[in-house]
Amino acid sequence: MTLAFSVTPDAPAERVTPVVELENLVVDYVTRTRTIRAVDGVSLSIGAGEIVGLAGESGCGKSTLGNAVMQILRPPAQITSGRVLFGGENVVERRREELRKFRWRNVSMVFQSAMNALNPVMRTGDQFVDMIRAHERVSKHDALERAGDLLELVGIDRRRLRAYPHELSGGMRQRVVIAMALALRPELVIMDEPTTALDVVVQREILQQIRELQTELGFAVLFITHDLSLLLELAHRVAIMYAGEIIEEAPAARLRDEPRHPYTVGLLGSFPPLHGPVERLTGIPGAPPDLAAPPSGCRFHPRCPHCTRDDQALYARQIGERPLLRVIADEHRVACHRVTA
Amino acid sequence: MTAILEVRGLSRQFRSGGLLRPSRLHAVDDVTFALRPGRITALAGESGSGKSTVARLLLRLLTPSSGEVLFAGRNVARDRRRRDVLRYRKHVQMIFQDPFGSLNPAKTVRAHLERPLRIHGIAGRRDAKARVDTLLETVGLVPVASIADKYPHELSGGQRQRVAIARALAANPKVVIADEPISMLDVSIRIGILNLMRDLKELEIAFLYVTHDLASARYVADDILVMYAGQIVEQGPVDEVLANPLHPYTRLLIASVPDGERNLEPIEIRKGTAAAAVDPAPGCRFVDRCPLAIAVCRQTTPELVEAEPGRIARCHVTAPRQREDVHAQPAA
Repeated sequence: MTLAFSVTPDAPAERVTPVVELENLVVDYVTRTRTIRAVDGVSLSIGAGEIVGLAGESGCGKSTLGNAVMQILRPPAQITSGRVLFGGENVVERRREELRKFRWRNVSMVFQSAMNALNPVMRTGDQFVDMIRAHERVSKHDALERAGDLLELVGIDRRRLRAYPHELSGGMRQRVVIAMALALRPELVIMDEPTTALDVVVQREILQQIRELQTELGFAVLFITHDLSLLLELAHRVAIMYAGEIIEEAPAARLRDEPRHPYTVGLLGSFPPLHGPVERLTGIPGAPPDLAAPPSGCRFHPRCPHCTRDDQALYARQIGERPLLRVIADEHRVACHRVTA
Repeated sequence: MTAILEVRGLSRQFRSGGLLRPSRLHAVDDVTFALRPGRITALAGESGSGKSTVARLLLRLLTPSSGEVLFAGRNVARDRRRRDVLRYRKHVQMIFQDPFGSLNPAKTVRAHLERPLRIHGIAGRRDAKARVDTLLETVGLVPVASIADKYPHELSGGQRQRVAIARALAANPKVVIADEPISMLDVSIRIGILNLMRDLKELEIAFLYVTHDLASARYVADDILVMYAGQIVEQGPVDEVLANPLHPYTRLLIASVPDGERNLEPIEIRKGTAAAAVDPAPGCRFVDRCPLAIAVCRQTTPELVEAEPGRIARCHVTAPRQREDVHAQPAA
C-alpha cells in the first residue's frame, strides 16, 4: 500500500472554541512521607481540530498532565487544585459513572506500548466489540462491522479482526490502538509517545496517517513526546514543559524560528541537524531536576546560561521568584524573567 | 591509516522454525568493513536489521557462522582458548545502551573502574588510584574526588553513561563498540555524550557507533554503514551518504527522520520491514518496498559495488556492477 494524500500544514485560521481548557492544574503524588508536585499550575487550551504538542524530558510531568486530562490518574496521584474544562464543564469533580462515559466518547488515549494496551488473549475484533458495546447499544454484528471499517481507516485489512495482538507487527498494533481510540469519534485524542517504540520509517508512516485522519475527521490531538523535532513537523502549536510547568508555548513555526526561553533554545540545540554544516553543539549543562526537591525561583536557573551574578537585581529574581507564563506576542507565551514583550 | 579491525564476509545464521519445518534466520549476511584508529564508524539500521548481532560477533559474544574478523591482521573469529579471547577482548571494549543495567548497584564508581585494570593486568593496587582519577577526568566526571566513591544510584543517567565509557577505556582498548549509547538518555544530555565520543577520537581509538539515529551518526561519525535485513546496503563517508544516498533504503530512512525544519510532507512508504531474512530467496531483500525495482532485482542478489570513489552500495539500479565488486578490491 502507498500513502498519498494532501495535508494542510497551516494551523486552523482562527482560534476556534477550545475543546479542552486546563486552568491552573496542579497534580501531586502524595505518599505518607512526602508530596511530589508533578504538574504545577498548568494552563493550556486545545482548540477543536488542533494538534497541540507537549514536549519535555522524562520526569517533567508531561505524561501526568495527559493522564489528568483523560481523568485516569490513580493514587498516589491526585488533582490537588485547578480545573479541566471540557466543553466548558469541569470534569474533575465528576462521578465515576459519568467519567466512564466521558472517556473514549469525548476523549480517548493512545499509549506508547500498544502491547500493553491490547489484551493478548483476545482477538482484535472482540476488543473493538467490547469497547464499542460498553458505550453504545449495538449488536455484536454491527460492532464488528464498524471495527472492520475502523481497521480499514488506518490501512489494515479487515480480516485482521481475527488476529491476536502477537500476530501483528509493532506498527500494526499501534495502528489498531489508534483505530480504537477513534472508534467513538472523540473530540480529543491524547497520544502519549505513540511512536517512540517504533522504527523511524514506521513512525513516519503512522505520523502521516495521524495527520491524514485528523484532517479528515477533525478531532483535536494532544501529542506528548520528548522529540521536539517531531512536534515541530506535526503540531500546529507546541508547549514546552520543564519541571512540572509550561515554560513556553507558541505556534510550531514560531517556536522553531523565535524561541525565547533558554530551555527551549537549549532543547532545540540538542538535536543534531540532518543537513547543513555540522557545528559543535553544547546541549544543556546539568540534568533535569528532581521534582521532590525542585530548585528555588526559576526552576531552570541552575542550568540557565543567562543566570549569572552580573545583574544582581535580576539574579535575585532568578533564584528567588518564580517567573509567570506571560503573553509576549500573539499566541506566544514565555515564563522567563529576562523575556518581556 | 591502516585498519585495526577488519571484517570480511561475516555471516551468522540462527536456527528457527520447528522440527518439521526447520529454517535458517540470516541475521548477519556477508558483512565486510574495516575500522581505523581515530575514526568513528556508524552502523545504522532499524531494529532487527542485524546491527546488534554484528556488535556481538565483533566482541566474540557470538561465534560467526562464516567469515573473518581480523584484529591487527590476525583472524580471531575461530579463537577457542579462553586466553586468546581474553587477550582480544582487552583491546575491544563495549559500551551498552542501558547505563542503569550495566553498572553494579552495590559497587562504587572506583570499584567499577579498578576491576578492568586488575583483570587485564594494567595497573597494580598502587597505580590504580591515579589511573582511575585520570579516566574520570577524561570522561568529564569532575571533580574526581566527589564522584569516585559514589554509587550508581547517586549519579544521573548521563553521569552513569560516562562511567560506563570510562570503564570501557580503562584497558586502553584499540576498538570501542558503543551500542545505542544515548538512546536511553534525556535529550538535553545526549549531546554531552556525543561530544565526549568526538573528543575521544584523539586517543586513536577506532569506534563503532551502533545506532538507529542518523542525525547523531552524522554528528559524531566519519563513515557510515547502513544495514538492511542482515546485509550492508550502503557504506561511505557519512556526510556524502546522508547528503546524496545511493541505496533506495537509505533514501527512505533519511526521508523518515523527523525534521523540525520542514512540514510533514507526505513521502511514499511501501509495506515491509528491515528484519533479518528467514531462508532468503535470491534477489534484493528490499525489492518489495523499492520504488526503483527492475526485473533483475527479483532474480539476483546485488553485490556491494563501488559506484563512486569511496561510495559503496548494494543496488542493481543505483550502483550497477561494472568492473569488479568490493570483495575483489577492498575500498581504501
